Amino acid sequence: MSVLPYLVAAWVCLVGLYGIVTSRHLVHLALCLTITQSSTYVLLLAIGYVQGGGPPVFKGVELGTTAVDPVVQALALTDIVVSVTVLALILALALDVHKDTGTMDPDEIADMQG
Amino acid sequence: MTRRIRIGMFLAAGAVVGFLLVWASVDLPSFGHYRGPYGYVLNRVVTPERHVTEVVTATVFDYRGFDTLGEELILFAAVTGVVLLLRPEEREAAGNLGDQVGSDAVRVFGALAVGLCVLVGLWLIAFGYVTPGGGFQGGVAVASGVVLLWLVASYRAWEPVARDTALDPVEGLGAGGYVVIGLAALWSGLPYLTNLFGPGTSGTLVSGGSIPFVNWAAGIEVAAALLVLFSEFLDEYIVPLS
Repeated sequence: MSVLPYLVAAWVCLVGLYGIVTSRHLVHLALCLTITQSSTYVLLLAIGYVQGGGPPVFKGVELGTTAVDPVVQALALTDIVVSVTVLALILALALDVHKDTGTMDPDEIADMQG
Repeated sequence: MTRRIRIGMFLAAGAVVGFLLVWASVDLPSFGHYRGPYGYVLNRVVTPERHVTEVVTATVFDYRGFDTLGEELILFAAVTGVVLLLRPEEREAAGNLGDQVGSDAVRVFGALAVGLCVLVGLWLIAFGYVTPGGGFQGGVAVASGVVLLWLVASYRAWEPVARDTALDPVEGLGAGGYVVIGLAALWSGLPYLTNLFGPGTSGTLVSGGSIPFVNWAAGIEVAAALLVLFSEFLDEYIVPLS
């Protein structure tokens, strides 16, 4: 099953999207968006993995020791912090919507505007 | 569009996307057989070039430092957005909040955990380019430690730490510091964010040239940003609107 991690990433992405489409609560929707985004971490780290590789840290480890790709790890780590703050922004928007409309159900909000 | 039609459309589209994803995955290099050159190159080159033993941090703050600047600015913009959305014009002074922790044990061990958590965070930032860690991870740990203050003590203990007048300049310092370190390279006639200083001694805190400075700027920015976010939401929850 050498492609299993990629399939896991695809699965996480689709499950998150399904959650977004069927969501009945804005907070739930925001979390589903985060889950969809998490699939990119699985994909990135899976692509960067080297069979038998250690962490790309060479303090006390001889240079040239097999290590995994640091680039994808760097991408994943900044992405996690950014995703948390963007999630906060979405939640703040959800709070605002709740103040204005009194509901957290995306369908009801759409009905109100239509 | 009714709910049923929407879900039906998603299932159809999702099946197609799912098929494409599986189809694409099958032809990817199998797990563990990494092909890209960049990982191998960086793992070989970073320590001799920059005398930094943590290749991930060197990648984040040097080799792709310009991209990280963009990500920092996303962070900054998102936090600004939250503040604009959540900060009302006026709030009543906090009344009796009733959020005091009852248990002495929780208070004592919690207070210890605050110090420990902040210390671990600072350590993660400080040694981020020697051993695993870095500004982003350490910043999050520092912020979590300070948030613990609210959990184990009270809103009153937390409030002075999280006051806008204290946090906003710190966050600006972090974001601005990153930009200024980049500009310093321009000023000396080099491309933006070029690593300026000598590489120092490998495996010590004096290594990496500009990396420690950028690293600390990012750490300060991330810690302050998360604290601003948390304090905005907490104010929303705890302080009644006037």
